[in-house]
Amino acid sequence: MVPTSYYLILSAILFTIGVAAFLIKRNIITVFMSIELMLNAVNLSFVAFAHQWHQVSGQIFVFFVMVVAAAEAAVGLAIIIAIFRTRNTLNVDEIDLMKL
Amino acid sequence: MTGSLHLWLIPLVPFAGFLVNGLIGRKLPKAFATAIALIATLIPFLHVARIWFQFPSLTVPYVENLGTWIWTGSFHADFALQLDQLTMIMLLVVTGVGFLIHIYSVGYMAHEEGYWRFFAYLNLFMFFMLTLVLSENFLLMFVGWEGVGLASYLLIGFYFLRDSAAKAGIKAFVVNRIGDFGFLIALFLLIAHFGTLSYSGVFSQIAQHPEWQGGVLTAIALFLLLGATGKSAQIPLYVWLPDAMEGPTPVSALIHAATMVTAGVYMVSRTHIIFDRSPFALSMVAIIGAATCFFAATMGLVQTDIKRVLAYSTVSQLGYMFLACGVAAYSSAIFHLVTHAFFKALLFLAAGSVIHALGGQQDMRVMGGLRKKIPITFWTMTAAVFAICGFPPFAGFFSKDDILYQAFISGSLGKVLWFVGWVTAGLTSVYMFRLWYLTFLGESRAESHELAEHGAAVHARPDSKQVIEGEHPHSVHESPWVMLGPLVVLAILATIGGFIGVPAAMGGHDEIGHFLDPVLGSGAHAPGGESPGLELGLSASAVLIGLLGLLVVHILYKVKPELPGKLATQFRALYALLLNKYWVDQIYGALIVTPLLLISRHLLKGLIDRGVIDGAGFAAGATAQGFGAIVQRLQSGNIRSYAGWLALGAAVLLIVSYFGFTAHF
Repeated sequence: MVPTSYYLILSAILFTIGVAAFLIKRNIITVFMSIELMLNAVNLSFVAFAHQWHQVSGQIFVFFVMVVAAAEAAVGLAIIIAIFRTRNTLNVDEIDLMKL
Repeated sequence: MTGSLHLWLIPLVPFAGFLVNGLIGRKLPKAFATAIALIATLIPFLHVARIWFQFPSLTVPYVENLGTWIWTGSFHADFALQLDQLTMIMLLVVTGVGFLIHIYSVGYMAHEEGYWRFFAYLNLFMFFMLTLVLSENFLLMFVGWEGVGLASYLLIGFYFLRDSAAKAGIKAFVVNRIGDFGFLIALFLLIAHFGTLSYSGVFSQIAQHPEWQGGVLTAIALFLLLGATGKSAQIPLYVWLPDAMEGPTPVSALIHAATMVTAGVYMVSRTHIIFDRSPFALSMVAIIGAATCFFAATMGLVQTDIKRVLAYSTVSQLGYMFLACGVAAYSSAIFHLVTHAFFKALLFLAAGSVIHALGGQQDMRVMGGLRKKIPITFWTMTAAVFAICGFPPFAGFFSKDDILYQAFISGSLGKVLWFVGWVTAGLTSVYMFRLWYLTFLGESRAESHELAEHGAAVHARPDSKQVIEGEHPHSVHESPWVMLGPLVVLAILATIGGFIGVPAAMGGHDEIGHFLDPVLGSGAHAPGGESPGLELGLSASAVLIGLLGLLVVHILYKVKPELPGKLATQFRALYALLLNKYWVDQIYGALIVTPLLLISRHLLKGLIDRGVIDGAGFAAGATAQGFGAIVQRLQSGNIRSYAGWLALGAAVLLIVSYFGFTAHF
């Protein structure tokens, strides 16, 4: 029986990797993947807690997160394609139109 | 009690007239606008007349409460109208004379621009004036008081394109504000000490406490007096009235002679219960009245503008009324108010007829010889001149002699007051007959225009009519009957109006005095007993000084016409003093207006407004801008920096919540 804390530690590591990648990487697709990584790190902790407390709601939550993540991936990829078509780059540092 | 009298109709019908003419008068045909204005004054007049005929059967004071106005805590004020003997007299004067002047205006203003606007303002004035005299409490009276000031301002500045008229309107308004300030303070004092503003409430409380003398009552009376000096053009606030002659002549007749300016006299009489408890305030009223009466008459002696002579004459006659109030002869004051309304309205309207005949000329030095050309105006004017000079049996004789007699028998100060009044009666006679001689008698001086030039600081202020018609002597014409009709009616009233108050000494019954007794008390009939012999003697002396005045004028302007010029050069200093109206306007300008403007311009505008108020606004704006300049650097537009801030924030929250959590346990 693997203790719950192991899962949580793994989840924290995955999440931290995701955040770090988000901050460091310049390619928009990599940034996008790091968001997925963070989401799944959170999913992992949900499932671990659901198992520990014998509560099914944690697992249901994971399904919701997956659905939203799928939708987000679809919209996000569409946006990325649109950006690439208009600006010819995938470097997030060059996409700064929101600057004042 | 015979059912409701519907007093509310009296002020509200003119108000309806004002609304109609004011809102859509521009588009109405002239005849229609005229009809509305006349009907809106005729209905109140008929209503008042009807009430007058059933007056003996009424229980007075009759109060009509139209609803609650203010009700906060212990203070309570109603829209309440009151009818008693004093109000009855005022209503008759205001609606009667007001209606006559409305008719006259139809002819006088016929060719003027803004005809509808003129009548809208006149109706507005009637509304406020009737509210003033009908109100049952000080607050509603104050509404009317302010309202007539507004109407007066609008009508003085009727020819607002002319700079002097606009300025005269502003001057009248501002000077009146000073008086209104006094009135307002008096109202506050009344609320503080009586907790109510209704006449009955205040007066019954005073009646229950005979020990209340002076003190707060003196303060209230003096502030009320300040209000009255503003509205009734007494020293020190009389300066606006002569300038108010910039308005059309019917306005001068209605507002600045017959009705509005007598509001101060009405107010002092109405609140005489307060004044009676303060001998000091009462003697102030008398002194102010006597001083105004004398000085205004001296200033009237040398004026060359026909309307300005009448303006100073009005100030002087109002001084007589204040003098009467000051010796507690309130019914004498009201009596003179009534007769004055007749003959002074007539004088102004006749002067207006003269101005109309001469196509806008107001300078008496280029008039003369008009007796044959405008005979009806001449004869009506003559009646008014004899009335104001106090020759029997004209109206002014009875009322003025009543005042002089009451002053004479009123104790230590009385003899002095009587003497001032007596001398002024002579001066009145001089300036009125001077006007009469210069205007109507002798030869026409219309050709000798150079006369108009070499008067020192006098400005002829032509009405705007001058532009319309030429001023050649052959164009002199009698006014239309719509103007002469009111003149004739007023001339009859000015001739016989005095018989409503023939004193007992002359075989009369002093009807008006007895009529007013329930309201004004028997203060008019001073203790010490009536002395018919004394009264007759005083009357005779007053008539004598009047005749002396006539004689002086006759010598100066008929027998030796070159004499006035010689006198003016011989007594140059005195002449200049009078001609420049004692330099009061200049003194006020230097002492009050200029410092006030300087303070406003530099201290209030420069320092307070620009410095403090604007400064605070600018400082707040600059602070927000500076802060924004700093925080806008956060909005780099770089996604990764946003994410960094987000992560940092999450980390901080995590740390705080973790350590906060542990610290709590």
